[in-house]
Amino acid sequence: MTPFDYQRAADAAGAVAAGVRGGAKYLGGGTNLVDLMRETIERPDCLVDVSCLSGGIDETPDGGLQIGAGVTNAAVAADRRVRERYPLLAQAILSGASAQIRNMATVGGNILQRTRCGYFYDDAARCNKRRPGDGCDAVDGFNRNHAILGASPACVATHPSDMCVALAALDAMVTVEGPAGPRQVPLIGLHRLPGDTPQIETVLEPGALITAVTLPPNGISARSRYRKVRDRSSYAFALVSVAAGLEMEGDTVKDVRLALGGVAHKPWRALAAEAALRGRLLTDAALQGAAEAELSPARGLRDNVFKIDLARRVIVDSLSSLAQAREIVR
Amino acid sequence: MRWTINGAEVDETVDVRTSLLDLLRERLHLFGAKKGCDQGACGACTVLVDGRRINSCLALAVQYQGREIVTIEGLGAPGALHPLQKAFVEHDGFQCGYCTPGQICSAVAMASELRDGAPSYVTEDLTAETIDVTPEEVRERMSGNLCRCGAYNGIVDALTETYAPAAEADKREAA
Repeated sequence: MTPFDYQRAADAAGAVAAGVRGGAKYLGGGTNLVDLMRETIERPDCLVDVSCLSGGIDETPDGGLQIGAGVTNAAVAADRRVRERYPLLAQAILSGASAQIRNMATVGGNILQRTRCGYFYDDAARCNKRRPGDGCDAVDGFNRNHAILGASPACVATHPSDMCVALAALDAMVTVEGPAGPRQVPLIGLHRLPGDTPQIETVLEPGALITAVTLPPNGISARSRYRKVRDRSSYAFALVSVAAGLEMEGDTVKDVRLALGGVAHKPWRALAAEAALRGRLLTDAALQGAAEAELSPARGLRDNVFKIDLARRVIVDSLSSLAQAREIVR
Repeated sequence: MRWTINGAEVDETVDVRTSLLDLLRERLHLFGAKKGCDQGACGACTVLVDGRRINSCLALAVQYQGREIVTIEGLGAPGALHPLQKAFVEHDGFQCGYCTPGQICSAVAMASELRDGAPSYVTEDLTAETIDVTPEEVRERMSGNLCRCGAYNGIVDALTETYAPAAEADKREAA
């Protein structure tokens, strides 16, 4: 680990004043950043500890919830309001990492965690995220865990979060404090696709600090489910995950939410599939067509072609079991 | 920098790069928490902070100033074993023993999460007031602690007997 200064922020404005300096990084739970610093992949010269800021979960006037960026992943998943109104989010968080890590990791840090691509972690490999213009050893390397949607020749890494996949499906808004004051960014617009600048992972400007995530009310809570397919039954990153929610009117889809994890450089909101289903009768053919609409641009690499079929099957099965499930009355 | 460790006030000057694990082992010579992977994957370094389990290898000691830290040394001692330590002995919950301090710290926190009604990924009803301590729940909740000897069956038995004695008795009766 290279040397750094440590300071504990007293408030968001103070954090941003310190964080906007080049070389500074915000420290949440540290579960990803400390690991990357130990590997010298991250080399901040100052850590601004923001883990004690923004620690509450509050009701919003429209009946939603606002979750502070410093709340731990464990505390979000255990919150009774989250479990009742946003079970998708609780399930997604509980499917990720281990109990120990969920106790440390914050909401803000989960959103801004970096890819677990092995070549990103291996300083002897070429990686355009670590050294822009270097090339990508994953494209022709071991890429079983890599992206099938929205990738580029410069980068085929995936965003590893489960929580963000649920947030994408739930239309979450992210509150950002920055040098120019506070603003709101939709979660689905926060992460970028790699293009030819995969080192720039979000639309946030240097020094911007995530302070909260807001969940609007929705009609899908009673029929929603996060499903994660992985190589082990617990404590592994997703090969493919699906956050799905349905609101039905008879046999017709009134609202549908679908987001995919493990398939792209960002949490992937499946807008094409949603558009193919909204207002339609929920038949097997409609489900197959919706999955096809989303996955027709998908491209496999040497080791991950299986993900395309896997994603198709998990989408279809998730939505059809939600449609058949008796509505959970809470 | 100051911490409360196993009930005692501790005052040490350390480099800000020092992990909580290195503080415990290298400075304070509390060798219970182990350095397995040093990257949060194995759980051998698990300790309790304000009653909650964390990976001390991923924690910077500086960030945990003022917090209450408990290691395996604070849970039991030779001649005064924690009930879970006795259960591990009784059920062969270890072979080499390297992962055991982390397993036991983790399990103590798991029990309090269950008492609080916190669900896991395998909990069917997320809004249930109480959650049964089933082997499936235990395996999911303990997945952050690896045992390379593969003593998992013994570990699950030790935890189930300690935290759900009725269920364990039923199982024995059925057998």
